Amino acid sequence: MRQAIINKNSLLVSAGILIVLACLPLVLPKFYVYVLALIFVTALLAMSLNMVVGHGGMYQFHHGVFYGIGAYTLALMLTKTSLPAWLGFAAAPVCSALAGVLIGLFCVRLTKLYFGMLQISLGSLVWAIAFRWYALTGGDDGIHGVPIPDGIASLIPSYYFILFLLAASLAVMYLILKSPFGNTLRAVRDNPERCEAVGINVRFHQLVAIAIATFFAGLAGTLFVVVEGSVFPDLLFWVLSLEVFIMCLLGGWFTFAGPVLGAAIIVALRTFAGVYTEYWTLILGVILILLIFFLPEGVMGFLEEKFKARTQTTSER
Amino acid sequence: MLLVENVTKSFGDFLAVHEASLRVDKGDLVAVIGPNGAGKTTLFNLICGQLQPDKGRITFKEEDIIALPPHRICRRGIARSFQIANIFPRLSVFRNVQVSVLSQQRKSTILFRPAQTIAVKETRDILDDVGLADKATDVAGSLSHGDQRILEIAIALGNQPELIILDEPTAGMSPEETAGTMALVRRLAEDRGLTILFCEHDMDVVFDVASSIMVMRHGETIIQGSPETVRANAEVQQAYLGGAA
Ligand SMILES: Nc1ncnc2c1ncn2[C@@H]1O[C@H](COP(=O)(O)OP(=O)(O)OP(=O)(O)O)[C@@H](O)[C@H]1O
Ligand SMILES: [Mg+2]
Repeated sequence: MRQAIINKNSLLVSAGILIVLACLPLVLPKFYVYVLALIFVTALLAMSLNMVVGHGGMYQFHHGVFYGIGAYTLALMLTKTSLPAWLGFAAAPVCSALAGVLIGLFCVRLTKLYFGMLQISLGSLVWAIAFRWYALTGGDDGIHGVPIPDGIASLIPSYYFILFLLAASLAVMYLILKSPFGNTLRAVRDNPERCEAVGINVRFHQLVAIAIATFFAGLAGTLFVVVEGSVFPDLLFWVLSLEVFIMCLLGGWFTFAGPVLGAAIIVALRTFAGVYTEYWTLILGVILILLIFFLPEGVMGFLEEKFKARTQTTSER
Repeated sequence: MLLVENVTKSFGDFLAVHEASLRVDKGDLVAVIGPNGAGKTTLFNLICGQLQPDKGRITFKEEDIIALPPHRICRRGIARSFQIANIFPRLSVFRNVQVSVLSQQRKSTILFRPAQTIAVKETRDILDDVGLADKATDVAGSLSHGDQRILEIAIALGNQPELIILDEPTAGMSPEETAGTMALVRRLAEDRGLTILFCEHDMDVVFDVASSIMVMRHGETIIQGSPETVRANAEVQQAYLGGAA
């Protein structure tokens, strides 16, 4: 029963992957480095969503909103104020978390699909504000040419900056998911009624999870600004939220790192299929349907299952 | 300790519990009996806050607990098990119990320490006590029906309650399992000084174990008293025990 919090093999594999990723910019053409950076940003977003969806069992259908809020907060602070940049990077995740808790306060009163529907409506409200409030947000044009701090303005340094923050965030999330809170959150997901009966304030735990998840979503938003140097209302549009949701399902929402894999697959598809058109939502729809029928546990879940069949260990999720 | 006075609960215009009353004193082993649909489970749900009564009073240790949500009632010292196994099927047996121990110790919001180092001993002790220690790492959903029922009780014990409410702890068990479970319940009452409120269909078990029995029919309390009093009551004889006891 008593084991190290992360087993030696996983630690070695993670360290190995990190080293490889750190070396890649030395050999890859710039475009691929850019795509990788984009994958990292999206992976952080998907991981944050999975905290509420996979571990918390809440249908956070419009998670993209908090990504957008993070991105806009940073972009606005860098363009419209002369405050130091680090303050923007700190304020953005906090703003996202505040918005997350505010919207969450209404949503946790409902369950399952109703939670999700209310989330979509309230999230769309935020999108409408970003879309319409021309004076502040630049409306559908967005904000371009955001002045990124010198140290991370060019591609290679920004790649390392993002990789570092992704790795640090994943470590923190891992710790949280292994903590008493993480365990309680999974218990809430599996059986909220029973949790109430053993003295757990279910809504409070759900709100804490939402706060943490939206914080990291906001952080992912700031990293998007670092990569792209711009923000636009699509960041808060429901299509992006659907995409992120699919990343979790695709990667395996009952696994820890599944969403990273899901993010890599979807971002790569979107980039290399060169189909960021009206057809993209169609493709997403097809992926979703295939998933539901053939890989309900996601790619990572499927692999773990295969692996387990061989090693015969009992497993929790 | 627990006092339920004239509590009423209706679903639509159906009166599931009607002017029911119940008294549980410290150290008692109180049984609620009554035919299917008599309102036993509904009464327990009213006490524990899963349902809100339309009328009546419920006090625990002289304090009104009626308007409280379930988690607050649990904090006051009432834990319960459910008639239909209500566990965390995807978590291990150990984690199932640890969830309630962590909650009891107010540690369920700790974020940055590994759970596997916290509340381990307390959880182990409970598993040892109920005899599930050797299945600690099994996924709860894979346990046999009987073991899931025991786990139900173990989860409730994690809260270190003063009063534990067991809704048909032996439902669906074989006669041997039933005997074992009731022996366990009795032992827990003695060792831990627990007060127990339970309901049960097996009359032999009830009259054997209970120190006080409350009889319900159509949501109403017919009588509450010692096993002898209840056995001697004419109305109970004819209405529920069918004159056979
Ligand atoms: N949520 C509900 N909505 C409508 N009717 C309900 C609800 N819960 C219980 N009832 C009805 O209330 C009555 C009492 O149910 P309850 O479950 O309390 O009985 P019980 O004494 O526990 O029976 P059993 O011995 O079968 O467990 C039943 O007729 C049941 O159909
Ligand atoms: Mg019942």
